[in-house]
Amino acid sequence: MVNRHVIGAHYGLRDWLLQRVTAVVMLVYTIGLLAFLVLAAQTSYEGWKALFDCTWVRVLSTVTVIALLLHAWVGVRDIWMDYVQPLGLRLTLHIATILWLLGSFIYAIKVVWGV
Amino acid sequence: MKMQFKLYRYNPDVDAKPYMQDIEVELEPSDKKLLDALVRLKTVDDSLSFRRSCREGVCGSDAMNINGKNGLACVTDIAGLKQPVEIRPLPGLPVIRDLIVDMTQFFKQYNSIKPYVINDTPPPSHERLQSPEDREELDGLYECILCACCSTSCPSFWWNPDKFVGPAGLLAAYRFIADTRDTATNERLDNLEDPYRLFRCHSIMNCVDVCPKHLNPTKAIGKIKELMVKRIA
Repeated sequence: MVNRHVIGAHYGLRDWLLQRVTAVVMLVYTIGLLAFLVLAAQTSYEGWKALFDCTWVRVLSTVTVIALLLHAWVGVRDIWMDYVQPLGLRLTLHIATILWLLGSFIYAIKVVWGV
Repeated sequence: MKMQFKLYRYNPDVDAKPYMQDIEVELEPSDKKLLDALVRLKTVDDSLSFRRSCREGVCGSDAMNINGKNGLACVTDIAGLKQPVEIRPLPGLPVIRDLIVDMTQFFKQYNSIKPYVINDTPPPSHERLQSPEDREELDGLYECILCACCSTSCPSFWWNPDKFVGPAGLLAAYRFIADTRDTATNERLDNLEDPYRLFRCHSIMNCVDVCPKHLNPTKAIGKIKELMVKRIA
């Protein structure tokens, strides 16, 4: 194989921007949830369940879960890119990360929409 | 005044591996900067090798790791140094001998950003002029002396020196992106829009911390990212 340096995959900006946008989504959701905890008169199980029975809360939760997973994907992939140099091992770790995040997504959907 | 040193020594012709040498030297009253002390040290052990040239912080030759922090020996005051002064070569680059490192990789990255004005329009009869405001944008960029203190203090450059341009190269990249006389802005941004070349920078600002010319590569990198966003938004 020719030992040529290959650079120029044009997704650096997209991923960097994605990580910032998803961070904002998570921040807004966290503040909203904290506000509910502080402001809600009674934070009982019933109150908690009533909140998550609202469809829009479930939709927002799902959006935040997706944001979290995309954020984690860019962050964890960055770690592999920084520290793991052998290509085969890095690709394996990338795939393992994707599978783990997909599993987390399915489980999160089950939790948010299942109850 | 006596001054104590712990020096990184390595001569590949005779040493199996690098070692630290404890050595002390009697300084003269005229010795003010670390470089003066190192030159004085050569009277004790003339086998010590290091680069130096202008001895006033302009050429960028005598960059080294001084008590754990990169800096120029010629602008580092002896008075402020904790003894024994531990001197090592710049981290992350191959050592040729003692404090002399092979900077090929560093300059390869610098070359990769095309560090010259690109403008294919016919030259005017006199020169390409800039307004004072446009010229001001280059302040804090053009002063870089390429000593490599910043890039060799950057973990991203340590891990991926072949793919990440590094703070010095990116500062220079923005110097030409910001130049109103340059017409290759889009090509320059394309050249950096890769997950490695620019985006390995995680803004930890080691580069800003060590720059002997007090420049701010992190700020320049932020401005490049801003322009990239501006281009797509």
